[in-house]
Amino acid sequence: MSIAAVDSGRPLGARQGTEPLLKLEGVKKYFPITKGIVLQRKVGQVHAVDGVDLEVYPGETIGLVGETGCGKSTTARLITRLLDPTEGRIWFEGRDITHLGRRAMRPIRRDVQMVFQDPYASLNPRKSVGSIVAEPMRIHRTLPKDKLKAEVQQLMELVGLNPEHYNRFPHEFSGGQRQRIGLARSLALRPKLIVCDEPVSSLDVSIQAQILNLLEDLQREFNLTYIFIAHDLSVVKHMSDRVAVMYLGRIVEIAAGDTLYRNPKHPYSGALLSAIPIPDPNLAAQKKRIVLEGDVPSPIDPPSGCRFHPRCPRAQFPTCREDDPVLTPHHRGQFAACHFPLEDEAVIQSSA
Amino acid sequence: MSEPLLEVRDLKVRFPTADGIVKAVDGISFSIQPGETLGVVGESGSGKSVTFLAVMGLLDLKAAHVEGQIMFKGRDLLAMGPREMSQIRGMKISMIFQDPLTSLHPFYRVGQQIVEAIRVHREISKRDAWRQAVEMLGRVGIPKPEERARQFPHEFSGGMRQRAMIAMALSLNPDLLIADEPTTALDVTVQAQILDLIGRLKDEFGASVAVITHDLGVVAEHADDVMVMYAGKVAEYGRRDDIYYRAHHPYTWGLLESITRIDQPKTERLRPIPGQPPSLIFVPSGCPFHPRCRHVMDVCKTEIPPLLSEDGRHSSACHLSLREKERIFAEEVAARA
Repeated sequence: MSIAAVDSGRPLGARQGTEPLLKLEGVKKYFPITKGIVLQRKVGQVHAVDGVDLEVYPGETIGLVGETGCGKSTTARLITRLLDPTEGRIWFEGRDITHLGRRAMRPIRRDVQMVFQDPYASLNPRKSVGSIVAEPMRIHRTLPKDKLKAEVQQLMELVGLNPEHYNRFPHEFSGGQRQRIGLARSLALRPKLIVCDEPVSSLDVSIQAQILNLLEDLQREFNLTYIFIAHDLSVVKHMSDRVAVMYLGRIVEIAAGDTLYRNPKHPYSGALLSAIPIPDPNLAAQKKRIVLEGDVPSPIDPPSGCRFHPRCPRAQFPTCREDDPVLTPHHRGQFAACHFPLEDEAVIQSSA
Repeated sequence: MSEPLLEVRDLKVRFPTADGIVKAVDGISFSIQPGETLGVVGESGSGKSVTFLAVMGLLDLKAAHVEGQIMFKGRDLLAMGPREMSQIRGMKISMIFQDPLTSLHPFYRVGQQIVEAIRVHREISKRDAWRQAVEMLGRVGIPKPEERARQFPHEFSGGMRQRAMIAMALSLNPDLLIADEPTTALDVTVQAQILDLIGRLKDEFGASVAVITHDLGVVAEHADDVMVMYAGKVAEYGRRDDIYYRAHHPYTWGLLESITRIDQPKTERLRPIPGQPPSLIFVPSGCPFHPRCRHVMDVCKTEIPPLLSEDGRHSSACHLSLREKERIFAEEVAARA
């Protein structure tokens, strides 16, 4: 990896010497594809995450955005060590946690929590809300039994649930309320980092806004660091200090949200940006469209050189087919992996 | 103004259940002009899908009580028998759904399924129908249509499946295409491709389109008229610009304020609509939106506001005076955008 790529994690405000809370270096995850039932032969592998470098600083929100199959959820599962990386290293608070065993991981699992997309599937339907929220505290024995109930009720109140509903079951709650239950559970151990994997994509818009505001309030109150994953760039940009755009298992661009919106450098970021519907007909009409042809190629056999070249409107041959671009600096805090980056204001011209 | 292609008058759809009567659609009226696109916006349970299932004649009449009139080219679809209705469904009005995988049969080749749709309504040979199916697949932007027509749905990506559904829906050249959340299951770049495709084909085929969506952004670029629904009723209805630049209903304001907008700086805090969408069995008295409304007055709790028009095209169902609506929109909603 080049120096630029390793350095790409530094946020705008971070002083020299600030230690990242989480650091990924060259992280890869390949899933084997096997054939045969008894004698399983490996016939190929899915390059789900293929060399991700990322530094996350305390108190910031990093957004991960990309389309289906770009590796954003696998990255989330690698960060929380629900999956083991094939290659690369993961540091948490300066400690290498890549190969920690179950027991050694325990204290770190308290610090790193996750909120899932589907609040229907991520809550056990046979347990009451009270015991769902109390479970992490019971497992990690952070509180004596007689104090659990009061703590759970306090957590419920914190996320905007009625503490009297302690004995109710998940099916008695709406989607937005269930997501609040998931949040209360993730806060129970007072974590430092919360990985939110599409936390609002299954909710109605009016409820989405409630949950997004709640996430922001909780971040301020508990000084949380978020990794916020979504396919919707406008939601990610709203929540994040820095946004990383992923394509086929790699980060192709990382920048502050407003920089990415004004001056995307990678043509894929530009295409993603130009495809987002804006609820303002005049502004929507001004937007320049970067239309992508075809579908995302298979991660089993990713394209050579730049992985975006078969769909890229700016690709020049043979450079893009042969040379794999690295993340290089552009505007302040912005890095993009492209041989022929976009000019400034390529998608949306500033009118004001 | 020319004769509308579709005119729905005081449509009511009720489902009796063990818990009470679900008033899924509660007296709505709207029309679609030939060649125009209507955007129907609302959250889950607002009645937007049920309305158009009624238009398609796809509601199970044993389970649903349907009242009102659905005039299509001057004839009432609700008064038609099942045989007559099946001549219209698929031929004159066709529909595409949210999930293209569940709407295609997994055992049949994609081309075959389009052939079947054509041959139900038209007496042509299998060979001609196949040729037509391949041509349609080409027109919706599927590369190598001859090859693709022989493939099965699982060999198609999500976007390609939705294109195949559109090819099938348009193969009989219908007058009205109903798209129920056509892009909700798709990635944004694919969503943009599909919406552009629907817009382009609408002009090519001279059809009218109704796009049902929960996303105000989706219809900003593609609709001529927009209808905002809440709890089975029309909250606001008007030309597209009326809804985005002169909205008159507090629910529409709430929707506009709760969307994260890519063009706004991160510092802007969202203003969500408080509370939950109402139950359709115990609909709140008076205005169904009053428990969540920031501008609620006493009259809102007891009297249902009628859908009143200010200028013949733009109407809203709210007790606030026009002057108040204009003031609040200018000071609170537009100021943020």
